[in-house]
Formats: sequence, C-alpha cells, structure tokens
Amino acid sequence: MTTQAAETPVAAPAAVRRSRLSLSVSLPVLWLGAAALATIFSAYLPMPDPFRQSLLRTLQSPSPTNLFGTDSLGRDVLARSILGLRVSLVVGLGSVLFGFALGGALGLVSGFFRGRVDFWISAAMTLILSFPPLVLAIAIMSYAGPSLGLVIFTLGLLFVPAFARITRANTLSLADREFVLAARAMGMRNGRILLQEILPNLVAPLIAYGMLMVAVAIIGEAALSFLGLSVPPPQPTLGGMVAAERANLLDAPWAVFGPSLFLFLTVLSLNVAGDQLQRRIDQREAAL
Amino acid sequence: MAAKLLRQLGALAGILLAVSLVAFLLMNLAPGDPALAILGETATVESIAAMRARLGLDLPLSERYLDWLGNVLRGDLGQSFRANEPVLGAILGRFPVTLELLIGAQVVALGLALPVGIYTAYRARGLADRSALAAALALISTPPFLIGIILIYVFALQINLFPATGYVPLSEGVWRNLHTMLLPILTLGLFEFPLYMRLLRSDMIQTLQQNFISLARAIGLPPWRILLGHALRPSSFSLITVVGINMGRLIGGAVIVEVLFGLPGIGQLLVDGIYQREYLVVQGVVLFVGVFFVLINFAVDVLYVMLDPRVRIDHASR
Repeated sequence: MTTQAAETPVAAPAAVRRSRLSLSVSLPVLWLGAAALATIFSAYLPMPDPFRQSLLRTLQSPSPTNLFGTDSLGRDVLARSILGLRVSLVVGLGSVLFGFALGGALGLVSGFFRGRVDFWISAAMTLILSFPPLVLAIAIMSYAGPSLGLVIFTLGLLFVPAFARITRANTLSLADREFVLAARAMGMRNGRILLQEILPNLVAPLIAYGMLMVAVAIIGEAALSFLGLSVPPPQPTLGGMVAAERANLLDAPWAVFGPSLFLFLTVLSLNVAGDQLQRRIDQREAAL
Repeated sequence: MAAKLLRQLGALAGILLAVSLVAFLLMNLAPGDPALAILGETATVESIAAMRARLGLDLPLSERYLDWLGNVLRGDLGQSFRANEPVLGAILGRFPVTLELLIGAQVVALGLALPVGIYTAYRARGLADRSALAAALALISTPPFLIGIILIYVFALQINLFPATGYVPLSEGVWRNLHTMLLPILTLGLFEFPLYMRLLRSDMIQTLQQNFISLARAIGLPPWRILLGHALRPSSFSLITVVGINMGRLIGGAVIVEVLFGLPGIGQLLVDGIYQREYLVVQGVVLFVGVFFVLINFAVDVLYVMLDPRVRIDHASR
C-alpha cells in the first residue's frame, strides 16, 4: 500500500504527459519507491538486527558490515534508519489521508450547502487554526500519551482546515458551473452530484497539495519524535534517533547524520515531485 | 469601518473563549488521572483524593471550567507542583527568551529574504535565481532541529566559534547574550527564510510585469530605484501578512530550537512540563501561546487593512 501511494501520483501524470522523464521527477520517484520497498521488506534485507545491542561495538564508524556505523548502544544505524523511515512514511501518508478524507468531506458539504452548515464548519476550522500547529500537536500528544494511531490522528487533524478550505473554494466555483446545473435539471440528488460531478474535479489539485503535505507531516513527525512525543521506543523513529545520539555528535556524527539523511532525502523528494505535479496541473488548468 | 472593527472584536472574543475551552478540555478529558500522574506510584487513596480536590477534579466539568476561567481572567493559572511557583509567573519569566528568539529569527529571515527575493525576481530564471530556488527547496526540506544540528556541528564543534548549548541573559551584556543566541536565531531564521523569499519573489515578478513598471523603465530610471522605490511596496503585502502570522506560528519551531540549544524559554518550559507531568504548566503554556497567536493574527488583520489602500477603499465603499 505504501508503495502504491508513494509512486502512482507522480509516475502516472509524468508518463502520460511526457514521454521523456525529467530528472527532477524520476530521481524523487526512484528514491521514494526505493524507500517504500526497503521499509516494507526490511526484514528480508541483508542487514544486522536493528534491535541487537552490543556494548563492544558502540559508536563504530561506517564499515562494510555497518554502512552507517553503529550508535551508542552498538546497534546498526542503517537498519534502524530504515525502520524509522517506515514510521515517517506511514505517519506522513496516514495523517494526510485522514486530513484529506475529513477535510475534503467537510469542505465539500460546506461549499455545496453553504449557509448555517458552512458557518459551523468554518468555526470549527478556526478553532484548530487558533493554535500554532506544532504546539497543538505537542499538547495533544502530551496529554493522551504517544502511540502510532494518535500521531496520525493529531497530525491529520492539523491538515483538516487546509483541505477543507481548498475543497470548499473549489466546490463553491464548481457548484455554479453548467454541468452541475445540467445534473440538477436531470433530477440528480445532492449526494450523487457531490460524489459524481464535483468530487472528480477536485481530485487533481488535492493530490498535488497532498503530496506537499506528506512532506510537512513527515517533518512534523520528526519534530514530535525529536521531543520524544511520537511512537514510543523500542520502535526507532528518525527524530528520536537524532535526539538520542546528538550528545555524541562530535565522536559519531554518522549516528546523527545517517537518519537525518534519510529524512532530508525523503522530504526533498516529496517536495520536488509535488512541486512538479502542481505545476503540471496548473498548466492544464490554465489551458482550459 | 468602525462597525467592521466591532464585529471583528466580537469574533476575537469568541475565538479567545474557544481557545480557553480547548486548553481546559485538553487537561480534563485526557485519559488517566492527573492526580495519580502527579503523585506517582506511591500515592495512597487519601493523597489522591486530596490532590483531586486541590486540582478541582471532584467538581462537575462545566463548573470546573467556569471556576478555572474566572481564575485565568484574574491572572491565576495555578501553581506548579515541583517548583511551587505561580504558572503565570514562570511563563512570563521565560517569555522574553522566546520573544528574543522569534524576533531575531524574523530579522535574519527578512534580512536574507529581501535582497535574495528582490534580486531573483529581477533576474528570474537566471543562474542565481535557479540556485536560490534550489537552496530554498533544500532548506524547506530540512527539519529545524537538523538545521540546528548542522550549525552546531560546524560552528560549535568544528571551529568552536559559538557554544553548542547554554544561555546568558540580556542583562549580562548584549554581546554575551548574542554569543549564545546567535546559533538558535540563525537556525529558526534559516527555517523560515525560504518561505519569505519565495513569497516575495513571486509577488515581485507579478508586479514587475505591470504597466507602471514599464513606464518607470521607459523614463529611464535605474533598476535599483524601480525595484526598491516602485516595485517593493506593492509586492510586500502578502509578505507582511505572513511575517506577522509567523510570529505566532514560529513558536512551534521555537520549542524545538529551545530544547536543542538548552534555552530557558516557554518552549522548554512546555517540554519540561510534559516530562515532569506538570499538567498545569502545560495547560498554562498552551493557553498563553494560543492567546498570543490569536492576538497576533488579529493585529495582522487590522494592520493589513490600514496598510493596503486597496483593501481600505474596498471597505469604505461598501
């Protein structure tokens, strides 16, 4: 599932719209695909056990057996980074899908029915927007106790207003278009108009935006796990690994920069690919 | 105009009330008993009951909220248990550190974004533009703690120019304070710089295509006068809005930076409060930050109307 979601949004339009894949699309897709595969099949990779501690082999510099070296408990940094990346990807995709589903539904309803419904939904959105996002996330995580589901819920909640706003604005303009009027004249019910006529027109801009938001969510998860407020140990997280090893920054920079590199490349790939996708959708919109 | 302001003030009061409700509910609807969490494993039934009474947990929820809100309006956010000091005092004592970090970061970000944004808009699609955009994309893709760690690695560990952690208050001298604050400020500033730069660049590119700029060119004004004297002002409205809103948003980044550099600001207070299960401190900081954030956004809204003549005329004619 992770593979599909990470690859298809980018690969499909690129392949359809241009026969020649530019580097700025193919490299990010390649990295994201490799990252997804590696995190799914990590158990089968020829790597040391990410949980095995060895006090004789602490803070070893990178070598053929430990490509990213070992951490302060003698564990393999590369194997742990891959497990940490899995959390990042699952949280990134999960929280954006959650925000997309809830925010999209609210925006659709709010833009289509307007009036009172619209007022209360936007009041609820204002409430979420009344706190700096990271502070709200920290607060929720600290009171409810860290777990994977809660990280996804909390970060997803922060995306709801943005998705709702985009969907609402697009729905408002689509609701007055001729094809919606035609559907209404044919006697189509509201629910069917929303799902069959309006929703399909919203998918493209929301996917491009969603990809950029996955990048934001991964940074958010990294920030939370850096503070120890994400998925609890023994599950490694990229931010948690950086926080745990930063005291050894001078002696063993690899233990900090290894997971950081994974984090950076993944977020960069999502940003580059999302930018390209958004540009292409804008061009198509402009051509219409 | 006055009626609009009044309406906005009403909405502001509503939002502030809602913010207080969120801060209250966070603590009161959280799973687990705060009294037990504060007292730990060794708690007896009596001591838990006493602690629940002290926290007011034995009353109904609505009554507790009104009581609490009344105390908050009188400036009483409760006492912290470990340090046994008023929560509001602890927050206000640490807020200057966070404020210095926020303002410093804004200065750094704008100091970089203005020249880079203006130049890249002027020479759009040139080599400098493309490199600046690539650098911005790389910075946006770097979590704030990573920017900080790279700066620590280079400037504190490799060339020993600045300390990696620690804090000297402003009262002990501006230079000694800056010596400890420079890396944190730079970290947060670099984190927001790409946002400002990209915003200014794209707005500026649009302005530069307008007729009055062509006219200024035709008259033969030098480029720097066109850019700074004519194009900058109309291009900077959205930048000003975002800079204003970011004063509040950045507190999230400030939490990370304060923890990374060991600065005694409210972000550190929040995180310490979480680790030590000081629920009232966490609640107080969340409330304080929420109110600060809402007030900043309100001020930005009002200022925006005053700054942009188009918005002002638009409202007047309605």
